[in-house]
Amino acid sequence: MADKPRPGRMLIRRHSLATRTTHWINVLALGLLLMSGLQIFNAHPALYWGHASTFADPWLSIRLYETADGPRGITTLGQARFDTTGVLGWTGVEGDRRNQAFPGWATIPSYRDLASGRRWHFFFAWLFAINGLVYVAFGLLGGHIRRDLLPTRAQLSPRHVLREIADHARLRFPKGEAARTYNVLQKGSYLVVALVLLPLMVVTGLCMSPGFNAAVPWLIDLFGGRQGARSVHFICAGLIVLFVVVHLAMVVASGAWNNIRSMITGRYAVELPEARP
Amino acid sequence: MSTHRRGWLKGAGAAMAGLWASACDRLNENPGVTRVLESAEGLTLRAQRLVMDRKALAREFAPADISADFRANGSIDPDDPEYLAQKAGGFAGYRLAVGGLVERPLSLSLAELRDQPARTQITRHDCVEGWSSIGKWTGARLGPLLDRAGLKPNARYVVFHCADNLGGGPGGRYYESIDLIDAYHPQTILAYEMNDAPLPVRHGAPLRLRVERQLGYKHAKYVMRIEVVEDFAHIGGGQGGFWEDRGYAWYAGI
Repeated sequence: MADKPRPGRMLIRRHSLATRTTHWINVLALGLLLMSGLQIFNAHPALYWGHASTFADPWLSIRLYETADGPRGITTLGQARFDTTGVLGWTGVEGDRRNQAFPGWATIPSYRDLASGRRWHFFFAWLFAINGLVYVAFGLLGGHIRRDLLPTRAQLSPRHVLREIADHARLRFPKGEAARTYNVLQKGSYLVVALVLLPLMVVTGLCMSPGFNAAVPWLIDLFGGRQGARSVHFICAGLIVLFVVVHLAMVVASGAWNNIRSMITGRYAVELPEARP
Repeated sequence: MSTHRRGWLKGAGAAMAGLWASACDRLNENPGVTRVLESAEGLTLRAQRLVMDRKALAREFAPADISADFRANGSIDPDDPEYLAQKAGGFAGYRLAVGGLVERPLSLSLAELRDQPARTQITRHDCVEGWSSIGKWTGARLGPLLDRAGLKPNARYVVFHCADNLGGGPGGRYYESIDLIDAYHPQTILAYEMNDAPLPVRHGAPLRLRVERQLGYKHAKYVMRIEVVEDFAHIGGGQGGFWEDRGYAWYAGI
């Protein structure tokens, strides 16, 4: 598709080269970190709080149980029990089920192989962390974080925030001048993901390392211990998946091609208000 | 939606998932890809050694923190005939051999090991699978023991040969290796007691390694012989340990 603007539309430069490059490296790294992370989770599919595992009492577990009706995948959350056969715990289509907490299509490799999962995870953890540092360095030096991500005072007024929520709920997106900048919900979610959730993934990941614990002993206390850090790591991963789902839905709803092009070439089309009939 | 169409959609979904999974698996089994991914291990080791003081201690816990349900993994009851004979005799005839690149090879009974400089520590054991348990360990410090044997100048690694055949069959013997930084760490001990009692068989009786800043598989159980080497390429599968030969990282600090 040509980049030539149609009448009534104007192409603006939306994303810097640094933002675009780090975005796509992040897509690759987070995708493989998630898949290898689920592989690692599958090696012991239960979560606890505190320093040590309380094996009889996990707050979350996804396991195979032998019942009178044959094997079932059972997910427990606190005291609640759910039969998740086929999806979690005893996964795959009927007749070809495997004893895996998360199904093969969600893990790398698809079969249980912790050693491989760890190889993928730590390689892409390095890539992810270095990429994140580059993003933050450019974001601070180039002003991207201050200029594009920090909400303005006007945007933070309760009335404005409520109207943005109402507009988003009706899938009404800003046009013209207003489309040049991020709206307050975008700014808020990008800030939380980029500066809170993603750094938390690195910190909780490091807190699971016995070597790092000896080097920086106080950090693990923020999460109440190693098993607490493992739980927060898993919860933050879930929140990032949730963000990606909403993010992709919004990309599609607010003009898929325009959005994707702006993250590849940097150019984004905005409608000129005076050209509208 | 009709059941027919639903069935068709399910089938298409399963086929897509299958294609996707086999593509990922092929990538995972590609030796070139594996080599690239493994390059991060060296980076992790160097980065951890950079930020970590050589003598930085792993956290020690209070007696109240000791796990009542400390899990035992890997071998829990070795069936090696020599080991079974030792076990039947309460390990009275057990002797730990220390050899390889040392000036004075040693052969020590459990009583002699108990006379060595000892250390007691309540530490967290982190399995590579993701779980943790807290236990109290008492044992002979490895550093003074190596000094007693006297390391030759080209000594670089300490290899622990174990009684258990976890792999079953030839080449299935458990073994592990650590470098001299970890060998001389003050918390690195050859434990003969767990939670104030003689080390139970399921946790590695009569002697197991504790190397507290690394994951569980480095903590070799049923240690029979210690060999000091310059290089471990000629031992087992050449990767420095039973699990290392099966794809796990030699440096298990993360």
